[in-house]
Formats: sequence, C-alpha cells, structure tokens
Amino acid sequence: MTIQFGNPDRPNSYIGKTVPRPNAEKLVQGRGRYVDDIVLPRMVHVAFVRSPVAHARISGLDAEAAKAVKGVLRVFTGADLADVCTPWVAVLAHLKGLKSPPQHAMAVDRACWVGEPVAAVVGTTRAAAEEGAALVDVDYDPLPVVTDTMTALDDDTPVIHPDLGDNLAFRRLHEEGDVDAAMEAAHKVVSARFRTARHTGVTLEPRSILVDWNPAEEQLTAYHATQAPHMMQTVFAEHLGIPEGRVRVVCGDVGGSYGIKVHVYPDEMATAAIAKVLARPVKFIADRLESFTTDIHARDHEIEARIAVDAEGKILAIDVDDWTGIGPYSVYPRTSAIEGNQVVNLCGGPYDFANYRARTTVVFQNKTPTCQYRAVGHPIAVAITEGLVDMAAAAIGMDPVEIRRRNMYADDAYPVTSPAKMKFEGLSHHASMDRLMELMDYDALRADQEAARKQGKHRGIGIASFIELTNPSPFMYGIGGARISAQDGCTVRMDPDGSVVALSGVTEQGQGTEAMLSQIVAESVGVTPDKVRIITGDTQVTPYGGGTWASRGAGIGGEAALQAGRALRGSILEVAAAMLQSDEGRLDIRDGQVVDADTGETRMPLEELGRIVYFRGDTLPKGLPRELVQTRHFITMDYPFAFTNGVQASYLEVDTDTGVVTLLKHWCVEDCGRIINPQLVDEQIRGGIVQGLGGALFEEIHYDEDGQLLNGSMADYLVPMAAEMPDMIVGHVETPTAESELGAKGAGEAGTAGAPAAVMNAINDALRPLGAEVTEMPFTPERILRALGKIND
Amino acid sequence: MTAAFSNKVDIELTVNGEPVEARVPAGQHLVDFLRLDLGLNGAHASCEHGVCGACTLRVDGEAVRGCLMLAAQADGAEVWTVEGLTDQGTSADLQQAFVARNALQCGFCTPGMIVAAEDLLARGDVPTRAAIREHLSGNYCRCTGYEAIIDAVESVARARAGKDAA
Repeated sequence: MTIQFGNPDRPNSYIGKTVPRPNAEKLVQGRGRYVDDIVLPRMVHVAFVRSPVAHARISGLDAEAAKAVKGVLRVFTGADLADVCTPWVAVLAHLKGLKSPPQHAMAVDRACWVGEPVAAVVGTTRAAAEEGAALVDVDYDPLPVVTDTMTALDDDTPVIHPDLGDNLAFRRLHEEGDVDAAMEAAHKVVSARFRTARHTGVTLEPRSILVDWNPAEEQLTAYHATQAPHMMQTVFAEHLGIPEGRVRVVCGDVGGSYGIKVHVYPDEMATAAIAKVLARPVKFIADRLESFTTDIHARDHEIEARIAVDAEGKILAIDVDDWTGIGPYSVYPRTSAIEGNQVVNLCGGPYDFANYRARTTVVFQNKTPTCQYRAVGHPIAVAITEGLVDMAAAAIGMDPVEIRRRNMYADDAYPVTSPAKMKFEGLSHHASMDRLMELMDYDALRADQEAARKQGKHRGIGIASFIELTNPSPFMYGIGGARISAQDGCTVRMDPDGSVVALSGVTEQGQGTEAMLSQIVAESVGVTPDKVRIITGDTQVTPYGGGTWASRGAGIGGEAALQAGRALRGSILEVAAAMLQSDEGRLDIRDGQVVDADTGETRMPLEELGRIVYFRGDTLPKGLPRELVQTRHFITMDYPFAFTNGVQASYLEVDTDTGVVTLLKHWCVEDCGRIINPQLVDEQIRGGIVQGLGGALFEEIHYDEDGQLLNGSMADYLVPMAAEMPDMIVGHVETPTAESELGAKGAGEAGTAGAPAAVMNAINDALRPLGAEVTEMPFTPERILRALGKIND
Repeated sequence: MTAAFSNKVDIELTVNGEPVEARVPAGQHLVDFLRLDLGLNGAHASCEHGVCGACTLRVDGEAVRGCLMLAAQADGAEVWTVEGLTDQGTSADLQQAFVARNALQCGFCTPGMIVAAEDLLARGDVPTRAAIREHLSGNYCRCTGYEAIIDAVESVARARAGKDAA
C-alpha cells in the first residue's frame, strides 16, 4: 500500500496538513522542562575560571581564596581533569590535510582564546561557585596573539601551535574546466571582495548540562541541551573511559539550538568529568558572557571572487578564493573545516556553467572556535554567487531576474552533477522563480521603486536563488571516521487502549519534530494524531540516531517513522484478520478503528484489539504473531545529500543620509519536497530568514588586535528584534525526493541561506544609481555611508 | 561580591495570588528567587541584564524584568508569573493563539512574551502591527522571526475588542 499523497481526502490524511504541535501547549504555559529547571538530590554547581587573554602560558594558579568561600567545595585545574577526561583531536579523514592539536576539557598549561576554561570551581550554589571563580588567581605569561585571518600564514606571523608547523588548518582547491581560459575569452569579467562577519547563535537558553555519575550503577546520566544525544553518548563514553552502554544522555526541552548545541564543548566535558570525580550531580549553565566567548562562532569569511559572462549573460566561469579563521582548535567531532568546504561545494549552485575554481583556506587564530551554525556555508556561498550574478547583470545591462533565468538548470535537466561535483536529484529553480514573480508582483514592484526614486527615496529589489544541502548521508561525517549517525530510527508501539507511542532518534529543538512525527505515525498506522505520543531525546530509550542537524529530521527521521508506523499497521491487521476471520488485505485502520477497506464499515476499535492481545492472548490462535511494537531505520543511499532549492527576494529602502536600511518586505519560495506540515515549514522558513537578516544587517562579533572580544552582551551584539523585521511571504514548489516514500527534504536552513544575499543585492540595487556598492556584512549605517562617500575618515 | 550581598532580608509578598514569606540573600534577583525558592520555572533567565525579556514578570500590574529586580525589592509586592496567569485563565486565549499560529518554537522566550503581550493588550484597544512590534521589541525571539507572534497578538487584540464591544 502506498500513500496517495495527491488525494487530500484519503483516509488518515494527516501528512500535508497543519496540525498543532503536541508540545506547544506546555511551553506557552511555562511548563517546559529545560535543563536548568531540573534539580537533583545532592546537586552542586560549577562555575569556570576563563582566560582573560587570547594567548598565554599558564605559569601558576592559586585557589586558596576561592576554597575559603563559604559553599565552595572544590577547585579543579586543567591538569586535574586531564587525568579523568582524555583530550580530543577534531579531524576527519575525508577532509584531507585537516589538522588540529589535542584539546583538553580545560587548558592545561596554555590558554588559546579569551574565554577558554582554565579552572573549575564547584559550589553548593551557583552564587558560591561564581564567587569562588572570581577569586582564583591565575598567572598568565602572554604569548604572541594571532587574530587576522589574511595574514595568518605570513612568514612573520607567529605559529599558534608550533607542533603543527604553521597556522594552516585546512586547504582545499577544486577545479573544473579551464577558468583562466574562460575568463580570458569572456565578454565581461566582474570581480568583487566579499566579507561575512563572525556570528554566533545567541540561543535564548544558554548551553546547559547537568551530569550525574552513579558509582553504584557505574552509569553516567547527562541531562543535556543538545541536538545529538547519541553522538554525545559516544563522546562521553570515549573520553571519560565509560562503556557506551553505561552512558545515558537525556535531552528534554531545548531553548534554541541552530547548530550551536551540536558540538562538544570543553566546559561541558569538564562538567561530566567533575561529576564522575565527585560522584554527585553537577550542573553547568553558561551565563551570557560565557555564551558569547565560548559558544561556537561562525561565518567569519573573506572572499575574492570573479565571474565571467558572455554578451547574452551566460555564465562562463566562477572563481572563488575563500579564507576563514576558525580559532585555535578545530571543533570536535564535526571539525571546523566543513564551513569552508561547503563554500567550495555550494558556490554557483543554481547555475549550469562549465568552468569553476574554488579554494578555501582555513587558518588558526586566537579567537573563539568556529564551527557549524545554521545553514553552514550557505549564506556565504549564496552571497558570493548571487552578488556576482547581480554585478554581472548590471555590467551588461540585464535584469537580474533575466540573467538568472538564462543560467539556472532547466527544471527537466535532472539528475545533473554541478561543476562543484554536487549531485542534484531534482530541483525546481525556474518554477520557483515563476512563483516568486507572481507572489511579489515583480513588475509592479519595479514601478513602485521607480516612483519612489522620483521622490528621492532609494528603494531596492534583491533576488537570491539558492540550493540547500539536506538529508545528509554518511558522506557528511561518517566516512571521515566520526561516530555521527546519518541513519535514524523509530519504534512505534500500540498500547492496550489503542493509543500509539513513537520513539524517535531525531530530537525536538522547537522546530516541530514531535508534531511532524505524530502526523506521520498517525497516518501510517491509521489513528488520529492526538492518539500518538512522541518520545525523543533519551539514548537509553529511543532507537539510535543522529538527532537534529543539516535539516534531516523530517527527511530521515520522518521516513523511519513512516515505515515503522506502516509495519505496526501490518502487525495490527494480522491480528485483526485472525480475530475477524477476514483477510488482512480487506481490512484497513482509520481513525483508530479497524474497518472494511472497501466500504469503510467499522469492524473493531483498536482498544478492543489491544484488550485481546494484552489481556486475553489465550483466545488468539497459537503461533499468531502479535508484535504490536515495530522498529524501522532509514538511511539515504542514492545521493550523498538531498539538495533543495529556492529563491528569495527583499524589498527595502536605504536612507542615504543616515545609512539606515528599512526592510519593507521579504519573500521566499522554496522546494523542500513533500511538505508534511505547511505551517511548520513556513515558520522554519520565516525564522531562518530572520536569522539571515540578522547577519545581513546587525550581527558581528568584534575583536581587537589583542584578541579581546569587544561586544559580549546582548546589548552590544545586535540580533533582529520585532520592530525591525518585515512580514514575510512564503511560497512553495514541491519536488519530492524519490529516495524515500515520504519524499521529504529539509527546510530548516533555506531561509538563512538566501536572506543575506537578497538583502545585499537589494541594497546595491538601491545604491547603484548613486555609484555605491556594499559587499561587507553586516550592512551597518556606517558601511553604507562609507560606500556613499559620506564618511571618509 | 561584598558581604552586604550575602546579608539576608526578610520579605513578604504574594506570588500568583498566594502569600509567600521568605528570607532571601540581599543580592538575589527576583527571577532566581522565583525559580530556585518557589520552583516557578516559567520565567527564564537568559541575558541576565535586562535586554532579552525572557524573564518578564508582572509586578504590581507592570511588566518587569525579573533579572533587574531584587527579590528584596519585591517585599509587599504582588507578583504574577506565567504559571499564575495560566491557572487564572486570563491569558488562555492568547496562549491558544500562540499554539494555533505556532508563535513559538523552542518556547524559551514564550512566557516572557506572553506577559509582555498582556501588558499591551491590557490597554484595551487594537494596536497596529507596528505598535505590537514596537511593544515586543524588548523581547527577543531567535526562532520564529516574530511574524507569527505579531499575528497571534493581533488576533487576540481583535477578538478581545470584539467581545468587549458586543
């Protein structure tokens, strides 16, 4: 039996409809259970002493004053914990040449960035632990500081890790065709320098972990705000010397992740190590300054890029030289080379062209480590590509929509392999662009822009096509040696009352995983969604899985749930057929009732079947299987990734006196394959767009030349607030993937991928008549006034 | 930290309509008192310096940052948290609108958002979308992009105004 997705009136038709999130009610009532809400008997709190300098040898540490604080129980140094927690090295075999030094849970003899944990103070209250931490006296002998990315490899720049030989973490060059010859022969070559600022996630719930070591059971239990409980189970086991089966990671409600909570953090490892030493529960909740100095940063790239086009606007070649600084360590276990690698993989993504060269250079520096953050590499690659395409269009006097139409892969061209060697199963660039034109009424908007210009208002329209990498296979991490599961599983169980419990390896971070899974299970079993309870985030309970990252929850976890639900339906019908003396094929399950498949006539409620199976199994034929629990796993096999596509547009106004940009409206049309819950998809897109808009207009971590972070508070690091954000129109094209029956691809990162480029192109569209152009994000009033020549100092 | 912060202060207040007596450290913030001493975990500590709004409470009828007010300052005050508003049922329509419109994702900002929105809705008129955005601009949400929140608040403002007019 296959699901007739095209028929909205089919029985149990929950896939494709907006149903409410089962876990939303508790959150609006303030009854969520985040890690900091959990209190355990004998629980203590840890606060960290962190390096105030970017690079220094630690020559002494005096903790006497800290130990004298009432309520302080113990102080740990890096050396203390090195005996309990082994160091890690964040490299992956398939990222050839990637190197990184061993990293400890706390600095042992050298601190390499402002914020690196140096000592830990444990107290009966957090206040006591913090008071103690302030009194730990550490002697720092300053070492040379490396902050600038572009000079990190120069001969006269100090090498941060002498054992590694230089400051180069990773370099990759990809070449396809003959870029130099194409540039030479081109009608027009446009070059530009782009910059994307250093961002961080600013999850409203700071990183949070509560770890309990029970020596009697020899079990470690970590209540952890994480996206990847099973990955963390492996990491705790390996580095604390505990069998994997004796580590349990529990992930309840999580207050925002966006990629921030998918990494291994030294202070969280230290918390687990301390719990093991103290044999009692230890809680660590990052404060906001710690969030800014120790949550991973991302997107700190500088790029020189060129595009060559012919007189008809056909793209002949794209040439990209990308540089990024990742801090002093590659972040474990996903590594910090992935973002640069993604830039190489994704530039030019929507376009059918022949000659492509891209190089990424990933260097060490004494700043907070960077790693994967929502839409990894995409906003950078899309800004480069779409910026260049708009500049080329302007150079040959072509409309920006027209130049895209002339270069995007035809919708019937698939499957194709891009010049970056990405395999596309099926995309819809042209259909998406058509839909966008309808939604935004492009011609009317151009007329409005023209009318505004006559009144001295500088409005701009920016378009950005994009591709998004979702549903990753083991090609993302597994082949490199990381124990990060690309497979995911789901167990579906029918209880005596006919209700269904589904346990899934994917996790809920607020995106609506539980709603999505409840719909799929409801449809595949044949019950109403309110009869389905979803359990996620407990490694001792759910099937093994990868969790939430790279927009994989619906596509991978959803398909596992569909197949598990389908299998349970089969088991139920096998029992029902025996009870009703009917044939399985003539029965169906609808709204929690076994029915006659042809007539829809009710034959038996599921609770009656449950009563018989669980309490009167003696009445069933001997040997009749009555397995009302079924588990299925899913992994993609045909493509390394399921690419999605879309196109965004921004309409905005630039005040050329103040440099302030006002966002008037934003559109996004995207194709994530089969849509399971339209509302959840739309809200993922909107939330993603706003994170992208933050990068375009506000967000930038500032460091001085000594490696001091200058804006480590929410008052100084600006994120989008309600008043500045536009309303957003979201539209869809659906091109399901054939890799799964569900056909779903990911939708979580598309908004973030395309929004910055759309804003950049819109600002430049507004400024072009004035001869100004901006390519360095965020586009602050100062940068815009400089581009206009109104600030010159 | 000076010794004065550790001095204990006796306070009497009402929280969600119930009388509370406590002896608190002079330096303890109201949100920490509610969370640690009373187990009211609805208000969340996030930025801890009055910027993000996740700890927004109602104190003597005003929306207040729980991280900027000391527990000792709440002596004699009437404090409401999202738990109390829920039990009272006065925000049920707003909470339902948040669920229906999916105006929350991770939910960490939501209790503060509800209290802040009620502060605006209490004025009784139907605010413009721009006014709702302006009013909520002290409450950060990193998940939704705000539009769904604005929609939810706007729909409740209209519904309440309609009910009042009828």
